[in-house]
Amino acid sequence: MSLLVTAAVVAMVVFVGIHAWPTFEHNGLSWLGPGGNLETQIETMQAAGVNPPASAYHLNAWPLVYGTLLTTSVAVVCALVISVLSSIFIIELAPASLRRLAVPVIRLLASVPSVIYGLIGILVLVPFVGNHLITSSEKASVQNTVELTGAGLLVTVVILTVMITPIMIALICEALVSVPTSWREGAIALGLNPLRAVLAVTVKAIRPAIVAALVLATARALGEAIMISMVSGSRSFAPRPSDGLVFLFEPLRTLASAIVDYHEGLGAPALSSTLYAWAFVLLFSAFMLSVAGYLIKLPLRRYQVRG
Amino acid sequence: MYTRRLAPEALPPGAPKKGGRGRRSSPLTWRWGDRLALAAAWIAGLGLCLIAASIVLYMGYRGIQYLRPNLLFSRPAPGTQQNQTGGFLDPILGTALLTLIGIALSVPLGIGAALWIAEYGRPTWLARIVESSIEIVAGTPDIVIALFGLAIFQLSLFAPFSFTASGGGVFGRSYIAAGSMMSLIALPPLFTATRDGLLAVPAHMREASYALGKTRIATIRRVLLPTVRSNIATGMTLGVSRIIGDTAIVVLLLGDTLRIEPQGSVAGIGVLRGTGSSLTSYVYDNSPAGEGAAPQKAYAAAFILMVLVLALNLIVEKIGRSRGDAEVPTVAGAIA
Repeated sequence: MSLLVTAAVVAMVVFVGIHAWPTFEHNGLSWLGPGGNLETQIETMQAAGVNPPASAYHLNAWPLVYGTLLTTSVAVVCALVISVLSSIFIIELAPASLRRLAVPVIRLLASVPSVIYGLIGILVLVPFVGNHLITSSEKASVQNTVELTGAGLLVTVVILTVMITPIMIALICEALVSVPTSWREGAIALGLNPLRAVLAVTVKAIRPAIVAALVLATARALGEAIMISMVSGSRSFAPRPSDGLVFLFEPLRTLASAIVDYHEGLGAPALSSTLYAWAFVLLFSAFMLSVAGYLIKLPLRRYQVRG
Repeated sequence: MYTRRLAPEALPPGAPKKGGRGRRSSPLTWRWGDRLALAAAWIAGLGLCLIAASIVLYMGYRGIQYLRPNLLFSRPAPGTQQNQTGGFLDPILGTALLTLIGIALSVPLGIGAALWIAEYGRPTWLARIVESSIEIVAGTPDIVIALFGLAIFQLSLFAPFSFTASGGGVFGRSYIAAGSMMSLIALPPLFTATRDGLLAVPAHMREASYALGKTRIATIRRVLLPTVRSNIATGMTLGVSRIIGDTAIVVLLLGDTLRIEPQGSVAGIGVLRGTGSSLTSYVYDNSPAGEGAAPQKAYAAAFILMVLVLALNLIVEKIGRSRGDAEVPTVAGAIA
């Protein structure tokens, strides 16, 4: 039984790798770099038919990689702050009645399907941002390159943050509970006020758990496909910070959401191989994340708090 | 569940009860930075509760507004008008079918792996590999799992599980394909819950069973499995809620036909080999992002989905409560 699981993982890496190979073979590592227009490149692939020439594989996936990195990192940083604060609130500050309410709420937020988040995003938040937050002069300022509808970076990051925060809270809360009360009481006895004591002693003690939560949340944010495909505007465009505030409203696309957007093109070998290459990048980064999490946690183990 | 349990020695008799206001310093005397941090913590905590409440209330409002009983019992149909396109009986059945296949496959896998890790676990290096491979499965995005499933089920070896196009290409999309990939999604919570339950069973229970002359297998069947029943139930519920909520696998691996389209002449197996939809893909297709663009129906279907998720949450809560908070299954591990 157990070996079956391992076999499935090995098979996954092998199959995705095999299908992705032609892309890497034709492009090398410049595949990840910027250059060219991604959407025309993909149209070339679709047009190339069943026996694509080598030139059809040409692709520069930078807008997608950039979109993925951007959404993931911003959302994870926001979620980290919010989740540490609200875990402290739930465990240390909230009155017992509120705490009893908060725990099921967190669990509920963690289990809402991503398609529901996407639906709320595309039907409520996107029109709101499009109609009320974006002024027409802002729309005019970038009309030569992209059309601003409201779907874009801001909505994506907000929803992504709401999606990954509960996961982090669950892990952090669990660790907070396992820190001995006497540590904190010792700090209070030394003259710290209760909040300082929590921040200085308890939060420091659960650093391995916070790292674990970060890793898990990053993995989740990297792989989120459906929700982002619904609310991100789905343009292979790399938002430009030089545009000022408009930057927040520019559409983008991530590796995972691009797979969803183009899955109907799986029949064309060049495009299909490209999709598998994106999947391979995701798989590789998920794997690297768990390795990194393990390595970071090692020196922190001496705090003897399970993470 | 997250209540802080005080060690008995932490509270000497006569000490003021925890939570008593007497000895706490009032936040009003704190430094400004600390006060701000305190306020931020309150805002973050209450804000999350507000977000959750507004999501539930909004979905409930929209659901009641748009849900009609006939939507539940009519099949989706092609059409250009809203009132022609039918309801979502097929997606509901599709969700049920996927859940059934996914759980049927992942329960033996998950429990088997957990039993082996917790009770045998030798050789150690192999156990470590198995455990980390389950961790990798847990960290893999569902969209990658979906593409992997497509790669597997398009092999001619697996042709019987989906239909074959006239040119000899295997389509690779069917209820079996999607369901078996769903089992990978449900596996990590099931495995983690069962393993943690088994590790929490005290050693003397096993020893008592051995002392009565039972074999290892009999001990597992008669003593250990009944003891960790509630953990398995929690793991299964969490697995089911992940299967129900998953969209990417359905969109890629179920062929994206709104109606259940059986393949072949045999009644039951035809459906399994055929394509169809689930509630999640129905919502996706009917949102502005998909082709259908019928927001009312998307809301109605999402409402059903939400009710299912809420019900599953209540079940998990109930199982947890009936057991007391003695050995809390790791919520975190389950979510992962």
